[in-house]
Amino acid sequence: MSDPNSPKEDIALPDAPATPQEFQDADFDSASDSDSPAGKIDVKTEPQTDPPEPASPAKIEIKKEEGGDLDNIFKDEEEEDFFGDDDDADFLASEVGAVSIAPGSGPSDPQVILTFYQRLFPFRPLFQWLNHSPIPCHDFGHREFAFTLQNSAYLRYQSFPTMELLRKEILRLNPSRFEIGPIYSANPRDRKTLHKSAFHPLSKELVFDIDLTDYDEIRTCCDKANICNLCWNFITVAIKVMNAALRDDLGFKHVLWVYSGRRGAHAWICDKRARSLDDAKRRAIVNYLGLVKGGGQAGKKVNIWRPLHPHISRSLNLLKDRFENDILREQDPWRDNERAEKLLQLLPDKTLNDALRKKWDNHPSRPSLNKWADVYDVAKTGVSEGLNPARLKESREEVVLEYMYPRLDAEVSKHLNHLLKSPFCVHPQTGRVCVPIDERDLGAFDPMAAPTVLGLLGEIDAWDKAHKREEKVDDYEKTSLKPYVDYFKTFVNGLLRDEAGVKREREGNSGNSMEF
Amino acid sequence: MYRQEPAKRVRAIDSKKHWAGVDFKQLFYPHRLNFYNTPPTTEITLDEFEQWAIDRLRILGEIESCLYRNMTAAELQDVIIKKLQKDLLPLGANSAAGGGSKFQDSKIAKQQDERRKDHYSHYTLRLAFARSEDLRKRFLATETILFKLRYNSDDTQERQAFIESLGFDWEFLSVEEKVAMREDLLAGTGTKSNEADAVFEAGFFRVDWEKVYDLVDQRKVLLRGGKAYVPESQQSSLVIAEFTARLEKALEACLLPPQVFSSRRRNRSLTISTQLTARALPRLDEDDRLIPILNHLSRGFIAPEYNTSMTATTLNGASLTAAVIDDLVQYFPMCMRQLHTTLRREKHLLHNGRLQYNLFLKGIGLSVDEALIFWRKSFSRIDDDEFQKKYRYNVRHGYGLEGTRRNYKPMSCQQILTDRRPAANQVHGCPYREVAIDNLVVGLGTMGVSDRDVIRHVREDIEAKKYHVACSRVFEHTHAKELKREKEAGGWSGGLTENIIHPNEYFTRSFGLKNPGSVEATNAIAPPASGGSGQSMEMD
Repeated sequence: MSDPNSPKEDIALPDAPATPQEFQDADFDSASDSDSPAGKIDVKTEPQTDPPEPASPAKIEIKKEEGGDLDNIFKDEEEEDFFGDDDDADFLASEVGAVSIAPGSGPSDPQVILTFYQRLFPFRPLFQWLNHSPIPCHDFGHREFAFTLQNSAYLRYQSFPTMELLRKEILRLNPSRFEIGPIYSANPRDRKTLHKSAFHPLSKELVFDIDLTDYDEIRTCCDKANICNLCWNFITVAIKVMNAALRDDLGFKHVLWVYSGRRGAHAWICDKRARSLDDAKRRAIVNYLGLVKGGGQAGKKVNIWRPLHPHISRSLNLLKDRFENDILREQDPWRDNERAEKLLQLLPDKTLNDALRKKWDNHPSRPSLNKWADVYDVAKTGVSEGLNPARLKESREEVVLEYMYPRLDAEVSKHLNHLLKSPFCVHPQTGRVCVPIDERDLGAFDPMAAPTVLGLLGEIDAWDKAHKREEKVDDYEKTSLKPYVDYFKTFVNGLLRDEAGVKREREGNSGNSMEF
Repeated sequence: MYRQEPAKRVRAIDSKKHWAGVDFKQLFYPHRLNFYNTPPTTEITLDEFEQWAIDRLRILGEIESCLYRNMTAAELQDVIIKKLQKDLLPLGANSAAGGGSKFQDSKIAKQQDERRKDHYSHYTLRLAFARSEDLRKRFLATETILFKLRYNSDDTQERQAFIESLGFDWEFLSVEEKVAMREDLLAGTGTKSNEADAVFEAGFFRVDWEKVYDLVDQRKVLLRGGKAYVPESQQSSLVIAEFTARLEKALEACLLPPQVFSSRRRNRSLTISTQLTARALPRLDEDDRLIPILNHLSRGFIAPEYNTSMTATTLNGASLTAAVIDDLVQYFPMCMRQLHTTLRREKHLLHNGRLQYNLFLKGIGLSVDEALIFWRKSFSRIDDDEFQKKYRYNVRHGYGLEGTRRNYKPMSCQQILTDRRPAANQVHGCPYREVAIDNLVVGLGTMGVSDRDVIRHVREDIEAKKYHVACSRVFEHTHAKELKREKEAGGWSGGLTENIIHPNEYFTRSFGLKNPGSVEATNAIAPPASGGSGQSMEMD
């Protein structure tokens, strides 16, 4: 059995309850006038009912949906900054005034999240990222979104023809988080009316999930959901190893790493080639990259073939440099003699182990750094005749890999139709925004300093106080979210450039064939 | 053989415009292997249509059940090729026929007949199995394996000739490139130094890695910039990948609108043309001769599955309650014991563990109400509210009462072994595979297995990756007395007739043996691959 879409944690997912069909058939521009059923949060995002305001960006938005494709291409750039547009201003003036949030409200306060979506969430880049083109197409329209509502109900198979409709629905439902799924062969909202064979996932970014809970048995600083800068080093080095393999080996270019909001990181590989991989090929990549195998009682978890595959030896080189500092000094995993048994378990020779055990019993609490050196030193003294030095070297390599090689949550990556939390969502427990990690400067990313939703809203207030109101500045630019949004935009632009290249080539070809 | 006279054939072409241009001549098969790119166009009798397909089906069925039993490639080769060569679908090599004298001519004719049977039976089964996603997948998987087995057993020269006839464009590395990358090329294939020169001399070619994803999967090939550098010796994996890809495409194309299929009643012969196979199916509806055959064929392709409805019986006459589970643990296979003990110790199980255990309990006959009581009580550290919120749905989902309302079957060994390998803090999966051997021995001790010989054998089984054999061995050991008694009573033979391939089977057998006369549920394994009743495939 198994529903491949279940998130790793403790819920199996229901099918989405039948969803409101509001957007499905109606004309998009007229729908917005009438689709305010009772109980809906009254968000005035599209003031079509207002008297015309010729210069309003919102109006451009409407035109865009009515107008021809040509208009869109040219207007697209002006609309980049729709966050500061009058819709939001209207709404905010009536609802919150300033951003100030009632004292005592936490990051999961629905009002806080709603304000975040209204003022800070980068819908436009997110749309472009998923749509692969400035003009709305099936890549976006047939894409599954899934919402986790504030009452923890889970809505699957949501889809939206345009960014504006997605944004409106998010503001209406105010989900505590939402996830992104695959592009289907048909509109996910129509799935019940379609034959099974006509509705299947076509493509999705290749995704990876690295979670620090998988490191619990080797990290000494924290456990469970807690993290600190010491254990974040595991993630940093994992990203380095993964990047090397994804780019140099598999030939992918557009790799986006995103902080998962609490204790891990997600990778989105967005190249067209990666998006169109089927399950078998995704599984092949997972197995190519996966090294640490086995469950809680598996004992030695890294067993590899020699000669080392070039991917492994390169990874080992990346890890070796950090091993002394990150593991031996900072984690110090074998200081306790009981825990040092774990190290001995990984070494090949019984006699050597006995000698080491004896030595360490005489020096309780000997630091891991010394114990690691002992392995080599004691072996050199020749206590064990049968010891094969090459085998010992291999074991030492395997220890490094076991302690530092990326531990992937394989299920997330294997299936085309697995859902993964969207970048820039707010983690409900920590209140931290799932921001992209700038891979050019991995060491600089500090998860403990990642922007929190309350902090960001405070920054808007502070900025507004310090500046005159007339100035037109996007809300996100007033906050520490700016560098992350900018990084994301740069990433998306790079992706779009490549996609456009592919498209032009295709059109160019067909153009030639049309000439008589 | 009833072949049609040329005159009639011409009329047939006139009557069906879409047949225009199709060449009705008998195909000549130069190679033993076939990619099945060209559909058959000549006519065969209804009997041939059916019999050939049944023969092929038996082979595919055998392949599937071998996989089910976790057989290694070598064993599979042995079983299938022997069987193939014996009677069902013999395929002779060219070298066996030679050329020239009259005697050899008859051999060539025989060889062509064999190859025609192979060709037609493949297309008939395509028709039969194109009808549902699940059948298509299984057809694809087993046909690929059949092709692989034949490929591996083919004469090297003939195989090379076959590959050349396919016309792939593979980019061979120049000598300079090869020399410059020597170390990486060899390390990428995992070649030990004593074989390095031979592998290196044979040469490498460069392809997109997607074409050899099975090599990538095993990390047996060098990757650079999205290209895989494949040694000559691994050509097979490329050819096989290509075979799968083409067949898959052809099967998928089947879903498109109807195209060509014609059959005529006159003199009971028919023409199959299924370039795009099941496009043909809707047109077949009018044919009262083929549809029943095809239906029957697709039903014949049924893997043994555990039949839950039969075990929802009662043990000792009373229905199962949450309270008796602890007493039943003694009959559980190790995987379920492991989950149960963890559940008792931690008062919690992670998602995949719950999934596996919940369905198992469902399989032994625990009702959904009792299951909810069982899980509620087991999770003693959380309050009612949390249970309702986080777990109730989960349990009911397993019983097909939520979401898609699928009636999930208890997981088979195959699924448990392969579906989701446990991560560091999880205890689901097959302990024989996932648990380090030393810990496993401790676990066996708690099951009352301490016999040195048995443990040694279990170790060997595990090293050979025959986890289900290890499990069956433990079963035989722990039930030695009962099995012996049963043998004396004239029931089952002394051991298990077959290896355990389902945890619920383990339970049912164990319970039946330890409580003789109490259960009728011991026959709860659905009869394998027979003409098929309700437990067959989901045919949508």
